[in-house]
Amino acid sequence: MTKTVRYFAAESEPQNTEKEEFVGVKKKRLKHNADNKQHIHKKKNHNQRHVSKKIPNPNPKYPGRAPVSKELLEKHTRGDGIQKSGVKTKFHQKKVEYKDLNVKYANQLAARVEVLLTEESGILEADIGETTTQYTQKDIVKNVDITAASKHFELQLRDFGPYRINYTRNGRHLALGGKLGHVATFDWVTKKLHFEINVMESVHDITWLHIETMLAVAQKDWVYIYDNQGIELHCLKMLNKVTRMQFLPYHFLLATGNDDGYLSWLDVSIGQIVVQYNSKLGRINMMTQNPYNAILCVGGSKGVVSMWSPNTREPVAKMLCHKTAMSSLHIDPKGVDCCTKSARRPYLRHRLNNSIANLSFCPFEDILGIGSEKGFTSLLAPGAGEPNFDAYEANPFQTKSQRKEAEVKALLEKEHAKVVKTVRHQIVNINDKTNKNDVTKEKSILDRFLPKQKKR
Amino acid sequence: MKVKVITRNPDEYLRETKKDLHKAPRNYDPNLHPFEAAREYVRALNAVKLERVFAKPFVGNLDGHRDGVSCLGKHPTKLSILLSGAYDGEVRVWDIPQQICLRHFVAHDGIVRGISYNPNSTNFFTIGDDKTIKTWYADIPNNASEEEPLNTILSKTVITGISHHQTKPIFATCGEICQIWEETRSEPIHTYQWGVDSLHDISFNPVQQNLLSTCASDRSIILYDIRNTGPVRKVILKLRTNRLAWNPMEPFIFTCANEDYNLYTFDTRNLKKPVNIHVDHVSAVIDVDYSPTGREFVSGSYDKSIRIFEAGKGHSRDIYHTKRMQRVTCILWSLDNKYIVNGSDEMNIRIWKARASEKLGTLKPREKTALNYNSALKEKYATHPQVKRISRHRQVPKHIYNAQNELRTIKQKLKKKEGNRRAHSKKGKVPFVPERQKHVVKQDV
Repeated sequence: MTKTVRYFAAESEPQNTEKEEFVGVKKKRLKHNADNKQHIHKKKNHNQRHVSKKIPNPNPKYPGRAPVSKELLEKHTRGDGIQKSGVKTKFHQKKVEYKDLNVKYANQLAARVEVLLTEESGILEADIGETTTQYTQKDIVKNVDITAASKHFELQLRDFGPYRINYTRNGRHLALGGKLGHVATFDWVTKKLHFEINVMESVHDITWLHIETMLAVAQKDWVYIYDNQGIELHCLKMLNKVTRMQFLPYHFLLATGNDDGYLSWLDVSIGQIVVQYNSKLGRINMMTQNPYNAILCVGGSKGVVSMWSPNTREPVAKMLCHKTAMSSLHIDPKGVDCCTKSARRPYLRHRLNNSIANLSFCPFEDILGIGSEKGFTSLLAPGAGEPNFDAYEANPFQTKSQRKEAEVKALLEKEHAKVVKTVRHQIVNINDKTNKNDVTKEKSILDRFLPKQKKR
Repeated sequence: MKVKVITRNPDEYLRETKKDLHKAPRNYDPNLHPFEAAREYVRALNAVKLERVFAKPFVGNLDGHRDGVSCLGKHPTKLSILLSGAYDGEVRVWDIPQQICLRHFVAHDGIVRGISYNPNSTNFFTIGDDKTIKTWYADIPNNASEEEPLNTILSKTVITGISHHQTKPIFATCGEICQIWEETRSEPIHTYQWGVDSLHDISFNPVQQNLLSTCASDRSIILYDIRNTGPVRKVILKLRTNRLAWNPMEPFIFTCANEDYNLYTFDTRNLKKPVNIHVDHVSAVIDVDYSPTGREFVSGSYDKSIRIFEAGKGHSRDIYHTKRMQRVTCILWSLDNKYIVNGSDEMNIRIWKARASEKLGTLKPREKTALNYNSALKEKYATHPQVKRISRHRQVPKHIYNAQNELRTIKQKLKKKEGNRRAHSKKGKVPFVPERQKHVVKQDV
């Protein structure tokens, strides 16, 4: 549940002093690390800092650019900056310092342009003495504008349920897969149906691939890929008895878990299996991806969530979340919090008259989609979605030509499956602390990003 | 109850007419950009690969000479005109964009040693082994049979090189002695000598215009001041210098192509040691020329290859070669900083792009931004091992590859031997001599 909050800096002066202090602390630490030669160098800097602090503002009426608030800077930070210690020559020290300044400057600029964002996130505030949970969908729909109200709807599909649902990455299109073979996709905003078929087999899961013209359906035996007219493009016999699927968009991997506990990663751009192994968890009923590092989280029957990457055959991490079996598993879009079925405090409440099969928030909208035993319900959940999308990542208003362009671009910068890791920003930090002592390790990390060269 | 949900007005997100650009709202929140760094790295890798894919530097060749090309001459104002002289005494004038010969005639008996336009490009001068200096009209005569020199000067001594003053109607020649001529006179206005009777290259400084330098067969480089003093300084290297080029932006810097496979950049204020040594060639370097920006220079070598160096760097940034190109005899960098032209032993003149993967012709704005972005990425990730490896890799001909290995072994051997000698001598008897001081024998003032 991301929320865009506008932070406005209060006063400029205390902010400045804080910054100075911050620099001071850093210097001290550096000094501590530095040898004698550097010591002199740093001393000089220290003096400069002292001087700059003493100069009074010649025109206090115009204090200059408003400082950026700490929270915003924190939000837009891309890692810890550049590690300056361990650089031997003065020349390169200067270079690194300059680079670090650039990184900080970029961080500030990114934080500054937040002011330009046009949309604001949805809210739901209770009056005094009331709680948000007591508002029903009816109340909410009554109190919002007509376009928003039209986003709450229900599809009654009694015959082929329960339904699995999946939104595209830009939140515009929706795919429904009924257990008894009903597969349908439509643009849920305009309610325009793309296709509707019955595959005459059981459907276990459904997921969009990188664009809305391709769709993977896990059927009774194999996984099938359909296009946006319902034409069968591929039948993937190497993925059999699949129960759950996840598409990793940046790696072009279709990750699947099957009835026997096998996990497979299929590269959809070349149609080949990257890796396939037995997780030894038995039938996989719950599987989701961490959008931040593309690691698969599998919920087991013993209340354990295990995390899997295509690079190791062992789970990268395991967590005991419940003492009993879980029934649902979700990860927030930042990839920081993982939520199994145990809400902290309810925010909204809605009663359905049949059992829920599948839940999913619609990206960039305040919508919660529910696939249930007898159809699909789209609920308004104010504050659930990110109001400001980035058109270069996912654009709900994408045209056909933009989609084509984006597909090519995305394929060109396809990540190698070996980049599926738990650590973020690792690639930029070649001078990482963990790698510092081991030069060969640095090389090996980077080598992993490319397939090995063929020997002639 | 206060409630608001996200509603977007499509008018704010869609373009109004078909001719508008698509609207692209941005949000730099890192949470919306997963794998940002890793994707950027892939982009950088793609950029550097594309650079190598598009690296097709050969533009075309000019054939027509019936003997090896001995010298080339730049037109001072027209980019399209090129002069060339051959070993059989023939001179040709070329139109580079059309790749045709505009004019050709036999100028000398024997080899044409040098060609130079005058600064206002009305005439050009050729010198040859027949001891003559001939002046020719730059304009093409109506009839090819009317090719007659405007003026012929018979020199008393052998002439091997010519260089024209940047602005004045003065030119200098070298040979047994260094002579300064005025265009209208038939006798030299100055002659300079400094203990050596065989000079093989001469060049005026384009910025500090009174300064002149020659390369001599006694392995020396001599600097002259034509105001009155004559020879000013002399530096003797371990091996002969073949050619010398002044930096057009830094008047005190020159680079010389040496017989010992290296190029040396000197500062005229201190000739005791070179500012930089440029290695990579595997045979004698024959010719060198600076780019008009003074940031780079190009060298042609006896190893049948051309190398481009950045002025401050010790290793070349690129190597050009073809299967058919033989020993390179002369080279020049065009005045628009885009092309390199070289003449070689097998009678051809070749035209190359100065930046191998550059797209020729005008660029559309989107192309421009894409290229700028790519170059920024390449710079950012330049030190990453894979990026570095790809951008540095060059396929070289077998003879160069083998020679490189051989030279490496020789160098290692010498180093080892010196180390051994040091280890078995009295302390201080075998001193450590920096590489830059090894190649200069002495400096005379």
